Amino acid sequence: MTSVVKTTCPYCGVGCGVDVAPLDENKTKNIINIAVEGDKSHPANLGRLCSKGSALGETIRYDGRLLQAKVKGEVVEWDKALDAVADGFENVIAEHGPDAVAFYVSGQLLTEDYYVANKLMKGFIGSANIDTNSRLCMSSAVAGYKRAFGSDTVPCNYEDIETCDLFIITGSNMAWTHPVLFQRLRQAKLDRPHMKVVVIDPRRTASCDIADLHLPLASGTDAYLFTGLLAYLKGNGALNQDFIDQCTENFSDVDIADFSIAALANDCALDADDLELFFSWFLQIERSITFYCMGINQSSSGSDKANAIINTYLATGRIGKPGMGPFSITGQPNAMGGREVGGLANQLAAHMDFANVEQRSDVETFWSAKNMAIADGLKAIDLFEAIDAGKVKAIWIMATNPIVSLPDADRMRQILKKCELVVVSECMENTDTTACADILLPATTWGEKDGTVTNSERRISRQRAFRAAPGEARNDWWIISEVAKRLGYNDEFNYTCSADIFREHAALSAYKNNGKRDFDLSGMVDISNAEYDALQPIQWPVKKAGQGTARMFTDGKFFTPSSKARFINVSPRKPKNKVNDEYPFILNTGRVRDHWHTMTRTGLAPRLSKHIIEPFAEIHPYDAEKFSLKQGQLLEINSHWGSMLARASITAEQQKGNVFVPMHWNDQFSYRGRADALVNPVVDPVSGQPEYKHTPVSIKAWQPSWYGFVLLRHEAGIGLTHDSYWSKANGGQFIRYEIAGTDAVDDWKKWLNDRISGTDKMDGLFYNDTKKSYYRAAYVQNNKLMACVFIAPSIDLPSRNWLAGLLAKDSITVKERKSLLAGRDSGNNFDPGETICSCFAVGENTIRHAIKTKGLTTPKDIGKCLKAGTNCGSCIPELQKLIAQEKAGLT
Amino acid sequence: MSYKEKQKLLVVGNGMAAMRTIEHILSYQEAASTNFDITVVGAEPHGNYNRIMLSPVLAGEKHFSDIMLHTHEWYQNNNITLLAGKRVEQLDRAEKIATLDDGLVLHYDKLLLATGSDPFIIPVTGKELPGVLSYRTIEDVEEMQSIAKQHKHAVVIGAGVLGLEAAFGLQQQGMQVSVVHNAATIMNRQLDEKAACMLQQHLEGLGITFHLEKNSAACEGVERVEKLVFSDGEAIAADLVVMAVGVRANTLLAEKSGLACERGIVVDDYLCTDDDNVYAVGECVQHRGATYGLVAPLFEQAVVCAKNILGLSTEPYLGSQLYTSLKVTGVNLYSAGDFNGDESSESIIYDDPANQVYKKIVINNNRIIGLNLYGDISDAVWYQDLYQQKKDISGMREDMIFGKAFIADEAA
Repeated sequence: MTSVVKTTCPYCGVGCGVDVAPLDENKTKNIINIAVEGDKSHPANLGRLCSKGSALGETIRYDGRLLQAKVKGEVVEWDKALDAVADGFENVIAEHGPDAVAFYVSGQLLTEDYYVANKLMKGFIGSANIDTNSRLCMSSAVAGYKRAFGSDTVPCNYEDIETCDLFIITGSNMAWTHPVLFQRLRQAKLDRPHMKVVVIDPRRTASCDIADLHLPLASGTDAYLFTGLLAYLKGNGALNQDFIDQCTENFSDVDIADFSIAALANDCALDADDLELFFSWFLQIERSITFYCMGINQSSSGSDKANAIINTYLATGRIGKPGMGPFSITGQPNAMGGREVGGLANQLAAHMDFANVEQRSDVETFWSAKNMAIADGLKAIDLFEAIDAGKVKAIWIMATNPIVSLPDADRMRQILKKCELVVVSECMENTDTTACADILLPATTWGEKDGTVTNSERRISRQRAFRAAPGEARNDWWIISEVAKRLGYNDEFNYTCSADIFREHAALSAYKNNGKRDFDLSGMVDISNAEYDALQPIQWPVKKAGQGTARMFTDGKFFTPSSKARFINVSPRKPKNKVNDEYPFILNTGRVRDHWHTMTRTGLAPRLSKHIIEPFAEIHPYDAEKFSLKQGQLLEINSHWGSMLARASITAEQQKGNVFVPMHWNDQFSYRGRADALVNPVVDPVSGQPEYKHTPVSIKAWQPSWYGFVLLRHEAGIGLTHDSYWSKANGGQFIRYEIAGTDAVDDWKKWLNDRISGTDKMDGLFYNDTKKSYYRAAYVQNNKLMACVFIAPSIDLPSRNWLAGLLAKDSITVKERKSLLAGRDSGNNFDPGETICSCFAVGENTIRHAIKTKGLTTPKDIGKCLKAGTNCGSCIPELQKLIAQEKAGLT
Repeated sequence: MSYKEKQKLLVVGNGMAAMRTIEHILSYQEAASTNFDITVVGAEPHGNYNRIMLSPVLAGEKHFSDIMLHTHEWYQNNNITLLAGKRVEQLDRAEKIATLDDGLVLHYDKLLLATGSDPFIIPVTGKELPGVLSYRTIEDVEEMQSIAKQHKHAVVIGAGVLGLEAAFGLQQQGMQVSVVHNAATIMNRQLDEKAACMLQQHLEGLGITFHLEKNSAACEGVERVEKLVFSDGEAIAADLVVMAVGVRANTLLAEKSGLACERGIVVDDYLCTDDDNVYAVGECVQHRGATYGLVAPLFEQAVVCAKNILGLSTEPYLGSQLYTSLKVTGVNLYSAGDFNGDESSESIIYDDPANQVYKKIVINNNRIIGLNLYGDISDAVWYQDLYQQKKDISGMREDMIFGKAFIADEAA
């Protein structure tokens, strides 16, 4: 029996517990096998996992890892690399002052890593120029909470999702982005059928699957909707005047305008009856939760949107009680931990602020800080602008890929390239960001790291190591501390283990706290190494050992000086940049079900690379018709800031005039597939969070003269050199490329030989239609299919599935060889179709066939019959859609 | 039983075209108003044998008895008079009389000429030397086999179907075989360059040597042929020279009789000559300007000709789409139509060199106009049908090269 290690998932902010059983590991054979299961004892998931979590085992690999430190491309010993970082920073600081250096860190760092980075920058280098990728996802939510509650406090917990009577999802496709919470919600709705679910989203997403009401509001009009709701509540006498009087302030500042459902419906492009129905539900149903995410946060008025939501809860007194409250959900495994240590440039530490002189002085004392920063540092976009302006000359990026994730990403790359000193700590060797680095430091990653993370319900959980760090990889806290020591702060950074850091972090939270600050781990200050190792998931504040806090504000007291929650007067604003004749579409960006962030991890998992294999652009059939765009065609999307290519996906789930593209793809996985190259670098004035959900763009067909795909077995040891459109997905034994080109190719055989090395020496099969520009080739070695290439003048190419099946086999039959270039078996062999259920690899055609022939009517039936949807459940909305389509006789 | 007119049908020639026509006559006769007394005059002493199967006999893979189609007994059982080993020397069409080389005089009502073709003999010096042969009859085969037992070096002139089959057969008989060909690639009338190279490599692998772009100047030897000299002066050892450079329609009798002849006996779409009572079929005819040296056109002609002789209504014969295969063990190839194509045509090509499979379909205006299949001819029949029917292939273009099984509408 292998022993099971309990750890926490490294993806979204749900923070699921994961049981990992390391099975076997053999470096020479490049085998790392682990068994992954949901931790039944973890309160976040109670044994559930989503498709991404379930496939974690496929992401633990040797290849692609950054395993040695490099300075200017040269492999160096750690000592030399650390000296180079310290010298580089020291020189810049000496010449230009501490504000000429910066850290740009990540919600994927553990709390301990984050704490040390923040301490070094704010207490010892003497600048607050440490910002984090949480700026891009969470900072408006933070601003909203802080403005209302005086603290960055999530009032609710996951059980509230199950016990509420009205669940409002706004700006979130939680079915795909936070699948385990969605599964809990789905079950709760089944158990408590009176529970209503409302989805507010311009798109009809998979989350609408269980919705009683979908409000497809016009992009960016959320604040109109929620300020309208407040006006409706007031107009209908539904305010909780007692709560307003006793527990809040500034209500009188809130400008509640004259209000009519019809006018508001018009503003938001909603059906008036639907809008009124939603308002009436909110009015009547006390136990209501508004669950919000990037659709609210990633806006030039994201903070106001958050406060418009919070206002409705303060005005109804629906806070601090079970099953209700404004619930912001985070997108990263430790966005919350980052907020707790003060990892944003406009935070100090432990939920303290620069603006509070007393707090600043307390932190300085606690840290024995040598160079205490005195004011907020540069927020992400400002930070990059400062590099551009030559004000910041050295940056240390940790565990994040800003060249993909920042808005106006092409320009950000140019900026980073001209920065004097770029240090990148990474676990992966090749990312768009490591390509810009002067110094590369190999960091540990999930499975090797040891520390804590905090999820969206304030629950601190342990991430535990279950394997040794490979190569020269080191923990981020160690790397930062070693640089700190070289900068002369030996005693202050002399940590021996992550528990040392956690104790200090807990002690700072407790330091002169006395209930003044929400973030308080006073009950954990004396935690022993053994207790830390054995730490059970616990929700802060923890004022006594082992006693967490499920819900905040139960006493109606808040962390403002007056202890009263504040109303914020919100004047709704439209997104900054409006569509116009040149750029008539609204670009919306977001996640897909099976990928996460910039794909450095999920891109390794074959199971996760099957659901959606390349960048796509969802457009409404009306727009497709109007602009003569066809399903599956490649589109060029342009904005004032940049451009990208994406595959057309025409769906009525998208609104007219809107286009949705996934945020994940980058130069490692596609050609011109970087969505954020398009995104306007417009930020919320309060939070500094960029407006990812609204950029004016134009769309046109990108007209290649040929389309194709290439499947390349890994062990062939070859890759495709690309100089035209390509996207890349891991297929298990092979890499799948989708390709297209504008230049006519005369000699395909030569073209391939030039781009796929070694094919000229392989046993090849070829198919060529001289005038129709069809070309196909397959390469075989010892009866093993090594590679195949299919080219056609249009997108009509054979299914990749049958060929993928052959690539999974060690040898092919004579009949299969004969059929290779047909791309399918002859006869009536069944094609399972595109994968719907990633966990059990069940294809669309298989599911449709079973629905038809076996009369299946529910996803549960499908599960019994095919197992699809029975593991992670992420595909249940799609199963439901297939059932509905089959029922309606559609295919 | 109704009265049926009894007429005399005289058939000149006892080859495959003649006998296929007679078989059709026998089978359709009941439906016709005329019955025939049939007499066949044949130059060879045998019954009718399958000439295109001579190559397997030469190679030692079959016996002569295996390729007999109609034995002497068969003629007896079907009340057909076979005069084997005899020739018709003269025709008196006015009197409807034929005179044989032995002086026998035969009266006919209807005459069918199926005189076949003669091998073309290159007019080089020494062509009369013993050991210089053509390849047409079982006697030729037997002589080659006998030479193979005593001699080593065989030279085949002509790398067409017949020449290569002869070369393979002689190689199988243990001879060292050289093939001489005037063009740059072998079987250039049936194969494109690529398929020709694949075939050549295969045959070279068996030990056959090729001399391409060579013209023969002389056969030299004292008592029998000893060497073949090329026009460039080079010479190769030759104990046996087989000339397989094509055939000429045998029109001698027809010409003597005043029937219209050009490169063959001129026939109409019903295989009738310019004499209403004289028909012609097979390699000896010229139809719409074309002569044929392959078996399939003969068979297509035979059915039309038989019905016409019987006075039954028939579709006209409109000419044949040619296709070729090669009877060399271990080689599968198939060729039809315009396999090279031109500026206005398009080609679909499948190439699996390791398995020695090469397929090419030439298309013009969404119709197949030519085929070259090498190594895998399993769908040749289907392609041939599509080709002959001039079927619009636009709906199956992408997958047709992989075979009928890949085309839903066709495989059903």
